[in-house]
Amino acid sequence: MGKRRVAIVGTGQTHHRSHRPDVNGRELIHEAVTRALEDADLSIKNIDAVIIGNMDHFEGINYVDCWSIDGSGGYHKPVIKLTTGGTTGSTLAIGGYHFVASGMFDKVLIIGWEKNSESDTTGAITTAFDPVWDRLVFAGAISGLAVEAQSYMAKYGATDRDGARVSVRDRKHACNNPYAQLRKEVTLEEVLASPMLADPIHLLDVCPRTDGACAVIMASEDYAEKITSTPDWIWATANRHKYTYLGDVNWGELDSMAEASKDLFKKCGITEPRKQIDVIEMYQPYSFAGIIWIEDMGIVPRGKGAEYIWSGATDMGGELPINPSGGVIACNPIGATGLIRCAEAALQVMGKAEARQVPDVNFAVSTGFGGCMWTDMLLHGKKKPNL
Amino acid sequence: MEAAIIGVGMTTIEKSKVGETYADLAWEAVNKALNDAGLGIDDIDNVITTSSDFWDGRTISCMAVGDASGVRYKNCSAVEGDGTFGAAYALARSLSGDYKTTLVTAHSKGSESISSIITNAAFDPIYERGLGMDMISACAMQARAYMHATGTTPEQLALVSCKNHKNAKDNPYAQLPMDITVKDVLSSEMIADPLHKLDCSPVSDGCCAIIIANADFVKKIKAKPVWIKGVAFCSDAYFMGDRDLSKAKALEEAAKKAYSMAGITNPQNEINVAEIYDAFTYQELMWIEGLGLAEYGKAGLMLEKGIFNRDGKLPVNPSGGLLSGHPVIAAGLYRIAEVVLQLRGEAGGRQVNAKRGVAHGVNGLCGQSHCVWVLDKEK
Repeated sequence: MGKRRVAIVGTGQTHHRSHRPDVNGRELIHEAVTRALEDADLSIKNIDAVIIGNMDHFEGINYVDCWSIDGSGGYHKPVIKLTTGGTTGSTLAIGGYHFVASGMFDKVLIIGWEKNSESDTTGAITTAFDPVWDRLVFAGAISGLAVEAQSYMAKYGATDRDGARVSVRDRKHACNNPYAQLRKEVTLEEVLASPMLADPIHLLDVCPRTDGACAVIMASEDYAEKITSTPDWIWATANRHKYTYLGDVNWGELDSMAEASKDLFKKCGITEPRKQIDVIEMYQPYSFAGIIWIEDMGIVPRGKGAEYIWSGATDMGGELPINPSGGVIACNPIGATGLIRCAEAALQVMGKAEARQVPDVNFAVSTGFGGCMWTDMLLHGKKKPNL
Repeated sequence: MEAAIIGVGMTTIEKSKVGETYADLAWEAVNKALNDAGLGIDDIDNVITTSSDFWDGRTISCMAVGDASGVRYKNCSAVEGDGTFGAAYALARSLSGDYKTTLVTAHSKGSESISSIITNAAFDPIYERGLGMDMISACAMQARAYMHATGTTPEQLALVSCKNHKNAKDNPYAQLPMDITVKDVLSSEMIADPLHKLDCSPVSDGCCAIIIANADFVKKIKAKPVWIKGVAFCSDAYFMGDRDLSKAKALEEAAKKAYSMAGITNPQNEINVAEIYDAFTYQELMWIEGLGLAEYGKAGLMLEKGIFNRDGKLPVNPSGGLLSGHPVIAAGLYRIAEVVLQLRGEAGGRQVNAKRGVAHGVNGLCGQSHCVWVLDKEK
């Protein structure tokens, strides 16, 4: 546990779209920042530091921390950039937590953003991997995900129909979220009939490309309780960025999620995650992850993910709703995506999630995914954590 | 503050480490830092790597050094920007109470990069990039603005180069140890008026690693700690037209805050050594003033009097600074490591008499964003 309690006191998102030609990057950032400040009823003058992140090669802007000042409000403030690929948004949230917990700052503004419409997303992601060993055989993100899904199916006998069920869930949930990009219900048949992108991943199994930004304000205990009567307390954070080479990955299981959740739950005394956690906002970029990763998180035993999904337990109104926001399948501005999960988990804890609200949330988990099958996690709580 | 630096490791800085990957560089620096602290990788409970996707030509550039930095079974994160910023986040993690020992790395291989294209991409894509601006042309404008505002002369700039390249002769990690004269600098090729070739830092490869520990952990180990007394960073406006380029206001603010944390009221008297981000000669003088180590416009005169020489009252860049080796992202972390060695009395031929020192790093164009570290021998 940290030395000081830290809480989320305000969040803001853009209305995410596939293409926002009406704004440039700074203006996009400014939209999210303004909404977060309004949500917390703060002015930019109240902010002590700005933590920002995206993935450079999508927009082609170097030193984004410096370039974004007019959008972030970081003028004559401490500004720092964190970036870890797909996990960037959650990495930013974890960074904000530590800067406040340390006592270095009392109120920090955390910003994740991406204008993927300006990028060749697959081209940019491909350069993440080792130029000699990995780059020529793995193109972009979807190839790795397809390998994961195939490996899991081979081990546990899941089918692409199981995957489609997750997509049906998230796309239905997205209809309740005014910020989501794709808000249209689909049927199992429609998912299975959509074009095959990388076997077994169909078009409707996977996330879109998105322009969007998210801002989250974190404050120390002294300030948090003055700013809002319903702070979202950050109980703990954990992450694992285990691998550098794709060939090292234990395909079919997400080891980084298994290790990070073990670490996270241990720090917070969570022994029965399925019972103790009320809602999960998972960075789940494609449907099969919705089956596999809840096993790694310890929600259900190995091989039981699909059964749990089919039971309806993770739907709205179920035992443990997952992705009430519609998740990443409905919207994926990459550098913002992990932070959106964090913001959505905060909304759930604060009781501000409106049509997508899960009742009586005491504990929520938000996650980030990216890099070389990496995981970031935060545990959010309604009650104050012990110090 | 309840944290200290307990280990440092540097690779030599070279023009081209063509035989080594980013991971090889990180492996060397990390192991040196661990040895320096008398620790093993299992004693480290979290890791921050510092890199740049632009400078590395690689998306998620932190991935290239993860294995080599020992992140596999640990909590970790990555900062993009100068190494001093990476270290600032590492400090936050150490002070948060969540972690005991944070390993920080920063690497760059300028030999695999094209600086003018990479720094052109730091300019606004609509209004500025098409003009062909890059770091050197922008800094030439800043040098001119600073010289105009303060009356600092080309000879005074040249003297910075002479001092730092000479200092580098006693630094086994430096890339460009040289005996040169003011005349040599002024007659070297004009790169972007008023900056001659010898006013500019070289293209370099290198990696630096440091280990930050909280006070409780420091008590338990034998390593000689150097205590972190103040750390602050601050960013100025982005568009050059929105700034007075002849002044380093963001640095002044960061320095003021860092000194206040450290209880320093008169930095000129209380700081004994400074390692400063001298990517160009004029920057050393501007940043000295921004750090409050000289009055505005007076650093050139103090330099002429020898005050910033290694045997002067306030040695600046006794290591030779960036002018003698500039692995971009790592450059600020090297500054911290050098001050640590100075305060431990382990700086070899470049040792000065120092109890308290300041290290400094920069992000962005013309010193838009600065990070200031105040380090002390005593807690």
